[in-house]
Amino acid sequence: METAANPNGLRRVAIDPVSRVEGHGKVTLLLDEHNRVQQARLHIVEFRGFEAFIIGRPYWEIPVMVQRLCGICPVSHHLAASKAIDIALGIDQVPRTAELMRRLMHYGQIMQSHALHFFHLCSPDLLFGFDSEVARRNIMGVAQAYPDIARQGVLLRKFGQEVIRLTAGKRIHGTGSIPGGMNRHLTPAERDELATQVPQMLDWCSAAVELVASLEAQNKSLYENFGRLNTSWMSIVGTDGAMELYDGVLRARTAEGETLLDGADAQDYHDLIEERTQSWTYLKFPYLRSLGPEAGSYRVGPLARVQNCDVIPSQRAELERQRFLAHGPVHATLSYHRARMIEMLHAMEVIGELLGDDALIGGELTAPIPGPGSPDRPARRRGVGIIEAPRGTLIHDYAIDDDDLISECNLIVSTTHNNQAMNDSVRAVARDAFDGREVSEGLLNQIEVAIRAYDPCLSCATHALGSMPMEVNLVDAGGVLQDSVVRHGDGSFERMPSANPVGVAERVNP
Amino acid sequence: MSSLAGGRPAPWLILAIGNPSRGDDALGPVFIERLQRALTDLAEAGNIEFLTDFQLQVEHALDLLGRRAVLFVDAALPGVVSEVAIEAVPADAGVTPTSHALRPGAVLNIAMRINGHAPPAWQLAIEGREFALGEGLSSQAELNLGRAILMAQRWLRDRGCTGVIRNA
Repeated sequence: METAANPNGLRRVAIDPVSRVEGHGKVTLLLDEHNRVQQARLHIVEFRGFEAFIIGRPYWEIPVMVQRLCGICPVSHHLAASKAIDIALGIDQVPRTAELMRRLMHYGQIMQSHALHFFHLCSPDLLFGFDSEVARRNIMGVAQAYPDIARQGVLLRKFGQEVIRLTAGKRIHGTGSIPGGMNRHLTPAERDELATQVPQMLDWCSAAVELVASLEAQNKSLYENFGRLNTSWMSIVGTDGAMELYDGVLRARTAEGETLLDGADAQDYHDLIEERTQSWTYLKFPYLRSLGPEAGSYRVGPLARVQNCDVIPSQRAELERQRFLAHGPVHATLSYHRARMIEMLHAMEVIGELLGDDALIGGELTAPIPGPGSPDRPARRRGVGIIEAPRGTLIHDYAIDDDDLISECNLIVSTTHNNQAMNDSVRAVARDAFDGREVSEGLLNQIEVAIRAYDPCLSCATHALGSMPMEVNLVDAGGVLQDSVVRHGDGSFERMPSANPVGVAERVNP
Repeated sequence: MSSLAGGRPAPWLILAIGNPSRGDDALGPVFIERLQRALTDLAEAGNIEFLTDFQLQVEHALDLLGRRAVLFVDAALPGVVSEVAIEAVPADAGVTPTSHALRPGAVLNIAMRINGHAPPAWQLAIEGREFALGEGLSSQAELNLGRAILMAQRWLRDRGCTGVIRNA
């Protein structure tokens, strides 16, 4: 695993932060005496402190407040919190109209987030190659070389954002989902305007799946072996075993496809998942209790969901799933991209189906909240909301006290579930790419590509001007800095003065 | 701007970035609130559109379509600017985004690729000091915010957008 037997004797290579993942990250590679990579540590500044931040707040504020966890998937937090608060309040079922509106919002979120990740962050790597010049390997480079692909990516993302705006009520900090249901319908004009765009969006989603499939076919060895891991998978699925991203039961399978747990109630996640800590990171390491901390790590997200379900309940995506899995289970880390695009297609199909339902434009929006003395009011008001966010399973767990204030809170975000896998993928890539001498830009590129496959959301970062350079440090076993390289936010590449105090910085513009 | 809303977009766009829950990272959103209050007459006339978001994203390129001028507003880390600074932003051709978030020049670049045109744009950087979760604006950020409002007022006048500033 990520922990070497004797870390004191290892040399360290640090990469800080990782570019083009959300927020700040830092990778430390511990080398053995033969300069082989023994250990990989991905340091992520996640939402440390957020749980404490919302303790003591009125429960009705929570679905809005938690959106500030993340600038990329606020809707997932909005809905997971809403579901958890519903349960804590004793609301078993929101009205059908409210559920459809929430589902529409959620699938809009899945679709826009997947589009952003693939077209903006990953397509440059895949279309130009991991070692292509950094000045080109970005969304502007794609827009120049493949203008149709870039345009489709922007418009897909925009469509998803419009779905969110119309269901949540605002472009950001939406307030659409409230305890007990929703506070708005779609107007017929809004519904019709979205619906007219569905055929075009579906075609672009299908084209995106085909694009990744063709890239895979062109370089099968790379796609099958890069950062490959054999792990268990976890996700929610529908009670019928079909793919279900909004609400369902927990299922986990081994790498070989054997069922570890199935049909598990999300309210009991504590009985199924344990979290352990490591001294070098604030991000926890969840594992399946039944397998223990060493063997119990698992992966979540698109690659898990596509394989964990028995079927995708939409025609085009299911055909793509069958083609994807035609030769058995898929463990290649880069296959996350193709699974992500299959999910984007599925999300778009679901959106199209939902938009055909007149319940979106009329019908009851909220369920009554059981008050004091009501037989439906739980004696202990605690609720767990689980949702499949774009990056994987998202868990919100709250307790509400007699004053209607949040008294307990536990959040497990998708990136946390994938923590162990990201460390292992980085180690796998670095073992192959590190030349035993220095941190090359090629090594850095490959580590970034491995991490990006998981689309981690390092959510607490601010994005003020001047932040987020990328730094690569080489530190020997004695803790002395041997080499340091920075890629700045403007793309320039700078080799910093090393431990040698007379070293001179050399700056190379892109 | 909404693609569903139809109609001609407001000629001036002010697009502010930041997370309201993270101390001085809220400078952008708070700037919008304060400026909107100060410019109510103009806002009602539909001459200026105000947008806020956590980060600049690719689809913001579509928000630039049909604008006469755009002002990006963001908090800056200490030392990146001294108090407040405004400068014209060119469309960057060779920049590298370092996260899901884009820089203004990159958004302009994408706008040129997607729309075939990008409006003239400026960036207003407001120096922040503290970016901790759950904190309000620092006292220095508050001072810088007031200067930024005045600077934006001048920027609007220089662009030919004249209106009543009630409480800047």
